[in-house]
Amino acid sequence: MLAVTNLRKYFPVEKSFLDKLLTSQKNFVRAVDDISFSMSRGDIFGLVGESGSGKSTTAKLCLKLIEPTSGTILFEGVDLAKLRGEELRRFRRNMQLIFQDPTASLSPRIRVGDAIRHALSFQGVGTASEQIERTKAMLERVGLKPSSSFYDRFPHQLSGGQRQRVVIARALVLNPRLVIADEPIAMVDVSVRAQILELMLELKREFDLTYLFITHDLAMANYVCRRIAVMYLGKILETGPKEKVFESPLHPYTLALLSSIPVPDPKAKLERMIPKGEIPSPINPPKGCRFHPRCRYAQTVCSEREPGLEEIRPSHHAACFFPR
Amino acid sequence: MPLLDIQSLVVEYRTPKANVKAVDRVSLSVEKGHTLGLVGESGCGKSTLGLSIVRLVPPPGRIVSGQITLDGINVVRCSNEKIRRVRGKRVGYIFQDPMTSLNPVKKIRDHFVEMINTHEPGVSREDALKRASDMLQNLGILPERIDDFPHQFSGGMRQRVMIGLALALNPDLLIADEPTTSLDVIVEAQIIELLKHLKEALDLTLVLITHNIGIVAETADRVAVMYAGRIAELGEIGDLFEKPMHPYTKALLNSVPNITKKDQILSWIPGAPPDLADVPPGCLYHPRCPFVFDRCKNEGPQLLKHDNSMVACHLYDKR
Repeated sequence: MLAVTNLRKYFPVEKSFLDKLLTSQKNFVRAVDDISFSMSRGDIFGLVGESGSGKSTTAKLCLKLIEPTSGTILFEGVDLAKLRGEELRRFRRNMQLIFQDPTASLSPRIRVGDAIRHALSFQGVGTASEQIERTKAMLERVGLKPSSSFYDRFPHQLSGGQRQRVVIARALVLNPRLVIADEPIAMVDVSVRAQILELMLELKREFDLTYLFITHDLAMANYVCRRIAVMYLGKILETGPKEKVFESPLHPYTLALLSSIPVPDPKAKLERMIPKGEIPSPINPPKGCRFHPRCRYAQTVCSEREPGLEEIRPSHHAACFFPR
Repeated sequence: MPLLDIQSLVVEYRTPKANVKAVDRVSLSVEKGHTLGLVGESGCGKSTLGLSIVRLVPPPGRIVSGQITLDGINVVRCSNEKIRRVRGKRVGYIFQDPMTSLNPVKKIRDHFVEMINTHEPGVSREDALKRASDMLQNLGILPERIDDFPHQFSGGMRQRVMIGLALALNPDLLIADEPTTSLDVIVEAQIIELLKHLKEALDLTLVLITHNIGIVAETADRVAVMYAGRIAELGEIGDLFEKPMHPYTKALLNSVPNITKKDQILSWIPGAPPDLADVPPGCLYHPRCPFVFDRCKNEGPQLLKHDNSMVACHLYDKR
């Protein structure tokens, strides 16, 4: 359904006037650096990684909100790069985005019903009264019942969880096929997070959706996703079915991430493998394997050559010379 | 005698519209050398409770009644001069956001010098700097970076500096308010390990305010679960996780994904926490509670001892 091949996105770095005079070299933030993955219909694909790993940039590229530096993105066989203007606008109805912060994604001065209806009128779906009907049905579907009491409310009159429901309703009212959710529960209260996830999974079954989940929360990814790709400094380091990636990780970085997660069980005795330091700058990423300066298993070859993403076990890929 | 003892503390934010009780009749104590985890969702009053321990509740908030005793000092009643000496020297405070808690135009060294000289005017600049660079070493930061500005530090390193500043005057009690919230998971684990290490090395008592159940499970000896300004349950870490009593504690524990568990089924709490300016009568949790009965709607439960723990729920009150 979605096939991403050799995708790159480099953002140029603004140089100071003096640097412009002295050097001709251009610096780039290599936000996404040659990644490939594909999703089939009905998939729940999780893109996990720390901040600065390039996961949100990947989401924006998949929606053609920004243009890639190179690489192709095929959505049901259609090359996104070839779409322009009206054609692109029409096409966008197939793919929708759910942002992290429901408060920032809703205009404080637009009633939530109208916010959802605008999606329909922008795409020219139905008459005004049909749009209102569909909006109300969608509000009820995401649990904001009765819709008549929610339609005319402003975002500040809703709780955080309810606002995120509105954002979900707005994304789904156009019947998209692909939904990209960028940290959908990060800003929601702990006690209602599971409810939002459960709602998203229900809606997936009902509307036959495909999800691309972007998250730094591995426990959450473990709960909802079927397949996982672990990103680090613009690269995919490991990818495979959830069970394989989380239960028998191949890449030392995945291992490090997993052992860093706090476990809500005081009796759990875990061997910690916390790497030193923090994610380096994507302007001058380390040579060779990008994780090698922090990797406890690193050897000379790791700093010289960059490992490619290879199938180490059936359908379980990792980019590491010494997989676990 | 506990190092910190709080008795029926009430903290109110008075606004023209309503008096909001952010902390309502909270009693708890922390023994020397222990770690207390203070958990709850946003708006449950846990940060306000933390700030009242050093009397830093921002206006229009104020401590209305109750007592806070810190190592024999009456925090609520003592003079401004005295409380100023408590802050820093007795109590170190790590604030939530390391990005905005440091002054961007001051070098790291000047943060330390200012901190030390404010409370110990007699200390020379050289001695203060010596102490600062020793502290940086303890925190895992190269001492030469003391001449850097905060923006040259990553988020995790800024949080390390914040911890260092809080500990610069050798306090007995360290209050950490969401010390890892804006940090990535690996850095979060590094900071938690650092806090655990420093607690042992410096013989600290720790109050850890967080919404992250996992972090509490890994660090705390005792846990206080707060809901809508009140303590719902207070107990030893093992008891609380093994046999939680309050319906809110149970629900909260069931709503947290655990990466080590396969096929976990998560539950959630219907509805949302109450608006503290307009609270329901009786138990504040009753509109969301599956075990609600008539008494809950009329009468607020008291925090009573049950087995090893304290719980505020009519289900356990057999009077």
